[in-house]
Amino acid sequence: MRAMSRRAAGLAWVVPALAMVGVFVYFPLVENFGFSTLKWDIFSGSQKYVGLANYGKLVDDPVFWKSLGNNVLYTVVSIAFQVFGALVLAALIEGVRSERWPRALRAVYFIPSAISLTVAGLLFYFIYEPNLGVLNHLLQGVGLCGLRHSWLGEEGTAMPAIIAMSQWQGFGYSTLLFAVAIQRIPREIYQAAAIDGTGPVRRFFHVTLPLVREMTGVMIMVTISGAFQVFNEVMVMTGGGPNNSTQVLGTWLYRSGFVRNDFGYAAAIATVIFVVTLAIAVAQLWVARRRRVEW
Amino acid sequence: MVSRVGFLGVIARLLLWSFLLCLAVVVVYPLLWMLVNGFKTNSEIFGNPFALPSQWSFDSYQKAWNRGVSNYLTTSILVTVTSTVTTVFFSAWAAYGLTRVAIPFGKAVTGVILGGLMLAPSVALVPLVKMFQSMGLYNSFWALLILYTAFRVPFTTFLIRAYMLDLPREVDEAAEMDGCGRWTAFWRITLPMCKPIIVSTVLLHILFAWNEYLFAMVFTSGAGVQTLPVGLMSLMSKHGTDFPVVFAGMTIAAVPVVLLFFAGQRYIVKGLADGIGK
Repeated sequence: MRAMSRRAAGLAWVVPALAMVGVFVYFPLVENFGFSTLKWDIFSGSQKYVGLANYGKLVDDPVFWKSLGNNVLYTVVSIAFQVFGALVLAALIEGVRSERWPRALRAVYFIPSAISLTVAGLLFYFIYEPNLGVLNHLLQGVGLCGLRHSWLGEEGTAMPAIIAMSQWQGFGYSTLLFAVAIQRIPREIYQAAAIDGTGPVRRFFHVTLPLVREMTGVMIMVTISGAFQVFNEVMVMTGGGPNNSTQVLGTWLYRSGFVRNDFGYAAAIATVIFVVTLAIAVAQLWVARRRRVEW
Repeated sequence: MVSRVGFLGVIARLLLWSFLLCLAVVVVYPLLWMLVNGFKTNSEIFGNPFALPSQWSFDSYQKAWNRGVSNYLTTSILVTVTSTVTTVFFSAWAAYGLTRVAIPFGKAVTGVILGGLMLAPSVALVPLVKMFQSMGLYNSFWALLILYTAFRVPFTTFLIRAYMLDLPREVDEAAEMDGCGRWTAFWRITLPMCKPIIVSTVLLHILFAWNEYLFAMVFTSGAGVQTLPVGLMSLMSKHGTDFPVVFAGMTIAAVPVVLLFFAGQRYIVKGLADGIGK
């Protein structure tokens, strides 16, 4: 009995963390499912149970599908640049035979990841601005006047422009992590490969790539999960416009709830984000566990 | 044959270096443009975006400061410092409890705390707004302090726990034999041994809290409680035609974290690599 109470006393160590996570992370999550079955006006306080009607509305909502499509586009481009592009870049940097240069380059590439997405988004809002922005001036300067655009004001270019900013902001982060993973590969393997006459390209495919496979897997999952939570940069650069062409799930959730006062519908969108991010997390755990067994 | 390989090698290296340096320019140029635009006048910004200012004056920086940036900066510092303290201590205690103390349902507790890592803040947004409204904490400093702590405890605990698992247990067991209680053992022995990971988690939390936007935007609206990321958007909407002031505000928001990154680079890289590589 005394042993039991002493063990229970040990709980005191975890109570603050557990309480914070339980009350402010898990509880709202559960509540969200309930809210997604309501027609709910938060300002007048009126609530009405509508069952799965909000989910039915999702299916018929073209902006929801547009948002989902934008999240998928975000994912695909980010995997190309921030996972595979960054991996190649990290291998190139680590291949430079010098102590100082790789470190300096890695640090410089990382700077945009240290600043907030708000600052980065605002900065590119100005860079894309048709009159004072450097992008149009640059195109004009090299004689490509025909390529000038009101980048964030046109439906065709707004989403690609935001995604491009996001690659600028994030590639240094993943490059840094891949560089660390490459540094952890024993030098002897590369030396042995070099002695066998293996060229740098084949060394990349036969040594580097297989040995950073785990990091690549994790980065893919992190990138997908991040791409489905995009909010900040879209909010700052276009707010979802023009004509909802840059809406993503996060901003559509915000707009549905906080602007159009349809909180039940916002909760239904939140459920979609939850399902996607949870599926990715479970896949990640599953892959990690299977690999551990293999070894 | 040898000389041909050598020649190709030189070309390849030249291409590689031009590529790496071009990329560095693409990264750095926009940031320098932001910095320099804070020194220009409005007409200079519209005149030639590539030109340097005719006069280097701090006027716009001063204006930005007086038009709210000083308030946003104060709030950002306050929220960042307090939430760093709560997050790191709650997490270090939890990590200690999970690795050094036999607690009931230890595995389940570990799962619950670390499981929070998988949950996206946007999913909890609507219920959290209702909860904070009913608690009367909506539009207050407390909302941000609580949310930044709750949503970062899982990641921070994850990092510190992993580090504690690798530490030898003999030292704290010896301390306990000496009759020193767990509380003393934690503060005197375990925590000092965890210094490198504590520094990493502190720096990563500062980067997070300084830059966070979703919660800051939804949970604060008055000038007295807005942090820099949200404040910059207010600055933009209020003084959007006075561009140098906006650029100056952006620079003021960016400089502290960039300096922090260069000062603590080693710890930040290690924290990120451990956090993601495991």
